[in-house]
Amino acid sequence: MSILSVENLGKSFGGIRANHDISFDISPGEILGIIGPNGAGKSTLFDLITGYTRADTGKVIFDGNDITRMRPDRISNLGIGRTFQKLKPFADLTLLENVMIGSFARENNIKDARDKALEIIDFVDLIEKRHHFARELSTGQRKRLELARAMATEPKLLLMDEVTGGVDQKTIPGLVALIQKMKASGVTIATIEHNINIIMEVSDHILALDQGQRIAFGRPRDIQNNEKVIDAYLGTVDVA
Amino acid sequence: METVLDHARQEPVWNTNKKVIVALVALTLGLIVFPLFGPSPFYLHLMILIFMYAVMSQSWNVIAGLSGQISLGHGAFFGIGAYTSSVLYVQYGITPWLGILLGMVFAALVAIAIGIPMLRLSGHYFAIATLLIGISFQVVFQRWEMVGAASGLWIPLTEESSWLALQFHDSKAPYYYIFLAFFAVTYLLVWRLSNSKIGFRLRAVRDDYQAASSLGIDVSRYKIIAYVISAIIMAPMGSLFAQYILIVDPDRMFNLEISILVLLMTVLGGIGNIWGPLVGVAILIPISEYTRIYLGGTGGAVDLIFYGLILMLICVFRPAGLISFLPKHLLEREKHR
Amino acid sequence: MSFEIIAQAIVSGLMTGLIYALIAAGLSLIFGLMNIVNFAHGEHLMVSMFASFWLWALLGLDPVFSIPITILLMALCGVLTHYFLIRFILKAKMLIQICATFGLSIFIRALAQFLWTPDFRNVDQPLLEGRIEIANVFIGQPQFFASLVCLAAFVMLYLFVTRTETGLALQATAQDREAAEILGIPSNKMFAIGWGIGLGCVGVAGGMMTNYFFIFTDVGVNFALFAFVAVALGGFGSIIGCLYAGIIIGLVESLGGLLIDPSFKLLYVFAIYLLVVIYKPQGLFGRY
Repeated sequence: MSILSVENLGKSFGGIRANHDISFDISPGEILGIIGPNGAGKSTLFDLITGYTRADTGKVIFDGNDITRMRPDRISNLGIGRTFQKLKPFADLTLLENVMIGSFARENNIKDARDKALEIIDFVDLIEKRHHFARELSTGQRKRLELARAMATEPKLLLMDEVTGGVDQKTIPGLVALIQKMKASGVTIATIEHNINIIMEVSDHILALDQGQRIAFGRPRDIQNNEKVIDAYLGTVDVA
Repeated sequence: METVLDHARQEPVWNTNKKVIVALVALTLGLIVFPLFGPSPFYLHLMILIFMYAVMSQSWNVIAGLSGQISLGHGAFFGIGAYTSSVLYVQYGITPWLGILLGMVFAALVAIAIGIPMLRLSGHYFAIATLLIGISFQVVFQRWEMVGAASGLWIPLTEESSWLALQFHDSKAPYYYIFLAFFAVTYLLVWRLSNSKIGFRLRAVRDDYQAASSLGIDVSRYKIIAYVISAIIMAPMGSLFAQYILIVDPDRMFNLEISILVLLMTVLGGIGNIWGPLVGVAILIPISEYTRIYLGGTGGAVDLIFYGLILMLICVFRPAGLISFLPKHLLEREKHR
Repeated sequence: MSFEIIAQAIVSGLMTGLIYALIAAGLSLIFGLMNIVNFAHGEHLMVSMFASFWLWALLGLDPVFSIPITILLMALCGVLTHYFLIRFILKAKMLIQICATFGLSIFIRALAQFLWTPDFRNVDQPLLEGRIEIANVFIGQPQFFASLVCLAAFVMLYLFVTRTETGLALQATAQDREAAEILGIPSNKMFAIGWGIGLGCVGVAGGMMTNYFFIFTDVGVNFALFAFVAVALGGFGSIIGCLYAGIIIGLVESLGGLLIDPSFKLLYVFAIYLLVVIYKPQGLFGRY
């Protein structure tokens, strides 16, 4: 039984097929890695699943509910959390307030929301920074902020868009450890990654996209040896 | 050993700075006893205007500061309140107290009717719509015979001062206490609101509506909630002001200057901060009243030249308003320990 | 109601519609370029009418001849607006941007009232006067020429934006400021040009209207409101959309005034705005 199943999903922008006929499933508790060159349609796929873009064709079933073309807030309430590639912290609020807004998705009382937010901030190792304004945090810290904020809504499935992108090398191991810690806490994860080493390390399954289409889906080892993937992606990018 | 998390859990949920609390209690007591010292009617009038504009600007602060939507015709809700209570009293003899309540209901209905189509979209649509609303109400009331058209309605004088009819002829003190009560209650409730789930979610909508909706927040619903709350705060001031001057007419009650002033005072003091409107009002109202006395009636044009200028200067040099000059720790929860 | 009266209303609606279209195009150009709505647009129109009026009253220049001067003055006014106000608030929140241009509108209108009093003025015996009659429909000469000039200016604006190098640079900046900068298009200069052209459009409309319209300090308010509605109706940032939207608004205004009650013109236009926002929020026409 899969927690998310995507069936023949498609979306065009002015004649350009951003996503075409994409299907895949995610099982509860696993990490799905999504890879593909720039413009492959990875972020569009997340926007389609979470309701930020309306699908032209296909279906998205989450936890038994058809969530295709549903509003983002309702999808969030059903249990899908996400982060944004282009970070969207609430810049004029503190880290704590940012995460509290996440925890208000399930809590009504300010004290409960605060205590839950504090626990999650501690979980992402930012507790010392709780009273800093979001705009004062570094990129890596803001990525953690977004993760914490999404986690605070108690999602069953968390979509992470390039959590390690744009942060300096030193902070990457910490973020990887965090992803694994989140998995251990029982959240199902789909993550978009540019860093092949990370994706191979953390993923249970990998979905490879190119030019808006699914070109491969399988275990990391199989993907590594898949010719289409090597052609489309590994061949064009320097694999460190 | 106590961890940082344990320590963080014991922090107060909101501002408990003792100095601030003492100052607020002292201020409230001072305002309560002020009329007992027998100030001249001018000072009572000045304070009444300050309370009134403080509430009106706070109303604007709720929609603009909390939810980030600009209303350029907020005076419409003032007029709705004024006309509702006055028409009900003049034509049906209904006590203004009930009129105040019904004015709030009407204001809320208008806010919902406008908010549902306009607040789904980006803020420019809403700002333009509110500008149209502000002027449309004035146009309609100038020609609406039933409510006296352009000449408006006189509220008939009662023989004696009466709490039921909300008229006081001997002293301004009762008006002072009524406006003070509305002022205190409004600020208390808005403070509660901004420290509640709704307040947090509104700030989220203001800062980034896409991120907000990823956290389960129905963005347009929350904007409408803010607009309705804002309208409900504004309307009673119209009703009370009508009782204070005992006349309602379109030029006074739907005056576009009201919409300008509430915006200006909030931006001047500090938009999005609960004390911002009060700072703006406490500075502008006395200046405007004193210049009215010492320089005579300037026809409003000179005032407005300065209002426009101040608004532009604040937007360019100090968008967070004058309150941002105050030390931070007085205004927010204790931080950076 | 006779056919002539309706035809008359349609003709005058068309003529004012063309003027609204040009005013709205200036607003839309600025909005498309930098995502800022000029809430002082009506006051800029008022200033252009006063400029044209004073050129007539003090120098004896007929509004028709002073059009080039009015356009230049307004273009200068646009550049100055950008230089002294807008460039400081480019990165500010939308909230602050709206308050700033709203503040400018209050400032200009009050200053005009202070300098020139709220009196109504008009140009005596302008070159364009009287009316012509075609098939029982009377067309005021000044109105007719005003709408023709506005249409011509509109066409020139459209060709400028879509066909010239500067126009294409404006479009590039409108679409992606940073990318345009990389291509060597200085956005600050483009914004100044946008403001110059946007208010230049207002200069054309204001100058031509001086021939037949009363000149007073609040004259711009309704025109600006109609321009805001036209911009929403035509699709924010679309210039060609303003043409259709302006004409629609002109017709609704004059037919509504004829068939229902002329004192509620604003409400009919407001009603259209509501309908568009509810049913077609992206506007009736696309960008450019």
